[in-house]
Amino acid sequence: MSTIFGIPTPALFGQVLIGLINGSFYAMLSLGLAVIFGLLRVINFAHGAQYMLGAFAAYLLLNYLGIGYWPALILAPLIVGAIAVVIERTMLSRLYGVDPLYGLLLTFGLALILEGAFRHWFGAAGQPYAAPPQLTGAVNLGFMFMPIYRGWVVIASLVICLGTWLLIEKTRLGAYLRAATENATLVQAFGVNVPLLLTLTYGLGAALAALAGVLAAPIYQVSPLMGTNLIIIVFAVVVVGGMGSILGAIVTGYVLGILEGLTKVFYPEASSIVIFVIMAIVLLVRPAGLFGREE
Amino acid sequence: MAVGTQYLAEQPKLRTTSMVLGAAAIAGMLAAPFFFYPVMLMSVLCFALFACAFNLLIGYVGLLSFGHAAFFGGAAYVTAHAAKVWGLEPLTSILLGAAGAAVMGLIIGFVAIRRQGIYFAMITLALSQMFAFICLQVPFTHGEDGIQGVPRGYLLGLIDLNQPLTMYYVTLAIFLFGFFAIWRIVNSPFGNILKAIRENERRAVSLGYRVDRYKLGAFVMSAALAGLAGGTKAIVFQFATLTDVQWQMSGEVILMTLLGGIGTMIGPIVGAGLVIALQNYLAASNFPVTVLIGIIFVICVLLFRRGIVGEILELMRRKTKGVS
Amino acid sequence: MSSAPLLEVRGLNAWYGESHVLHGVDLDIREGETVTLLGRNGAGKTTTLRAIMGILRRREGVIRLRGQDLLRLPLHKVAQAGIGYVPEERGIFASLNVSENLMLPPTVSEGGMSVEEIYNLFPNLHERRSSQGTKLSGGEQQMLAIARVLRTGARIILLDEPTEGLAPVIVQRIGDVLVALKKRGMTILLVEQNFRFAKKVADRFYLMEDGRMVNSFPGHELDARMDELHEVLGV
Repeated sequence: MSTIFGIPTPALFGQVLIGLINGSFYAMLSLGLAVIFGLLRVINFAHGAQYMLGAFAAYLLLNYLGIGYWPALILAPLIVGAIAVVIERTMLSRLYGVDPLYGLLLTFGLALILEGAFRHWFGAAGQPYAAPPQLTGAVNLGFMFMPIYRGWVVIASLVICLGTWLLIEKTRLGAYLRAATENATLVQAFGVNVPLLLTLTYGLGAALAALAGVLAAPIYQVSPLMGTNLIIIVFAVVVVGGMGSILGAIVTGYVLGILEGLTKVFYPEASSIVIFVIMAIVLLVRPAGLFGREE
Repeated sequence: MAVGTQYLAEQPKLRTTSMVLGAAAIAGMLAAPFFFYPVMLMSVLCFALFACAFNLLIGYVGLLSFGHAAFFGGAAYVTAHAAKVWGLEPLTSILLGAAGAAVMGLIIGFVAIRRQGIYFAMITLALSQMFAFICLQVPFTHGEDGIQGVPRGYLLGLIDLNQPLTMYYVTLAIFLFGFFAIWRIVNSPFGNILKAIRENERRAVSLGYRVDRYKLGAFVMSAALAGLAGGTKAIVFQFATLTDVQWQMSGEVILMTLLGGIGTMIGPIVGAGLVIALQNYLAASNFPVTVLIGIIFVICVLLFRRGIVGEILELMRRKTKGVS
Repeated sequence: MSSAPLLEVRGLNAWYGESHVLHGVDLDIREGETVTLLGRNGAGKTTTLRAIMGILRRREGVIRLRGQDLLRLPLHKVAQAGIGYVPEERGIFASLNVSENLMLPPTVSEGGMSVEEIYNLFPNLHERRSSQGTKLSGGEQQMLAIARVLRTGARIILLDEPTEGLAPVIVQRIGDVLVALKKRGMTILLVEQNFRFAKKVADRFYLMEDGRMVNSFPGHELDARMDELHEVLGV
């Protein structure tokens, strides 16, 4: 059996794959956070709860309506996006212009409500959600066996990140979004309905989180607390990458996920804190983050 | 945010009134254990001190720490360990806890003050989460079990703290000490510079103040006082667990301060009292506490950002302004 | 005075926070006219444009475009009513390239210039269409800021100091562009400090002082009123 640095290769690649999977979720979630923050100047603490809602939407659709994984990939983001639109119209929009910390506190409160309610209804334990039959099983890659569903998640997340990046960089809607991030008043003075743009952006960000939640459902258990614990790590990812760049958020997400996976191989005790340690080091060396601009 | 103290300082009449009120409040606190369950009162006092310490940072420096549970819970572990494993005297144990929190405040603060505003909040949250993970893994915290059965012991080797009333008055004394320490800090020249930084950081820099040092100083003081509260709690309740270091606890102290009034001296006390009372009340019912806390957050942020005490002070200020 | 004015401003008051900055401003622009606001720095010229656009929200009085009340409209509806705005700071977006900057303002009505026409008028912009917007020279950025509102079909454009800080040869180019726009029947409200430039294009002048309109006269009287103007403008 071959080894690298005294570690059996399959174990090494296995952890790298797990790191890549985690990194996929870090990337998708930090991408959504960065898009929302760029335009709304709100750190969406409810992002984790919206991810959890996506997973629960898939779970509930399956168990109560018999709607399977594939339709849930579309339906869950739509449902969560719609809820987010209502939240933005009725609550967040009242906070534009006041200290951005209030946006953080409001979304924190919303996260507590969602989490508390789901915990009350479903308990803290996780609910299983099976991968669709088309994606079960594993393939032999020669150096390791890879569960097909995990491969699918990595590919899907890459497509989602790339798609979002293209939407923002290459389309007219994306141009509105970039311009409004720089100077919302002027964009509105040109006749663009910026309040609607803000609503859509928040809805889109939440829908992205929900989509990640559906993808996560068969890997991690569907549980009320799955979001918040994750979002705190994603905050650290966002601090490391800096929120100025969409591409930066994506790349940082994947890289930190893989680094975390490697830590599990070489120094497992530190794997749960390695991202925070990296954050602290980056802050000491380059406070604005790797891709950030000093504001 | 801090209408309270400046306002009182400008109004000599109100200053006398508030002193009378303060004396009445202390008298009330002395008499309280004869009317209420002492354990709940002690819980309120610990959290009130915790919230006041947190408020020192958000209210007077404008920094929102989302990781204050690390100092509160970290100190609780240190105190519990000192009292139980090392068999130290309770007050010494509590002071060791506060000192431990100050050291942690120095480390976390040193990293976190490199960014401001929203980033500061995220960084403190992330670092405290890291601390919570460490607490879960190292042997000295006993993981999920926590440190249980911490002896209350004899204060200065003489006074038996197992008497509920004695424990209450010692807790009250610690609370009052912490409260007046914060009052002194806020009204000192140091506190005035902190407020200047909160109002306009660039101007403070251009006036030649080394803003980062002041921020770090305030952060360490706030952490130490939060630790004083956490250490006291460990002696009162005789345990230290993971609950006290987790992000939910950081959220609770933010809520207490926000509900009572950010930047007011007594707001955090009012907020702590209300939140503890609500939690006790709900414990008997089926309604999930987290949901209620979330709802209060949303209502506070949307409807009264000044908090209860802040809104009352604002009303009084408008009234006197209208009369004169 | 055959027809009702295209843009009509009556008794416009405006505030920046607590400070009252416009005091009962009256202003009329007829279809196809070019009107120039003169005044020293801080007289309220830019503020008047910002108040008409609705960027400055605390306003009272009457602002009507072809009889439509603009005062009640949300900000984005003002442009849709047919006004194009070229701000003093030009407002070129750094995260957009030249072509994206040009295409940013949505079309508000038929009859705007096509992209080809615009690139014929501003060949430099065509050459640099894939460059980042803020990498252009000051003159090119100004051209882009003007070009941007020509595409939308706006019937009236508000131009805030288009020649500020630019080299004479560029000022000349911008003057030519404005003359060409006048020929197309565009209505222009111009804020300008440069008399010689303004004289070339303006049909009428308004003179502002301390947030008030103090005088108004036709373009050909400019030379005759030079002494009076020097006194008010302090130049």
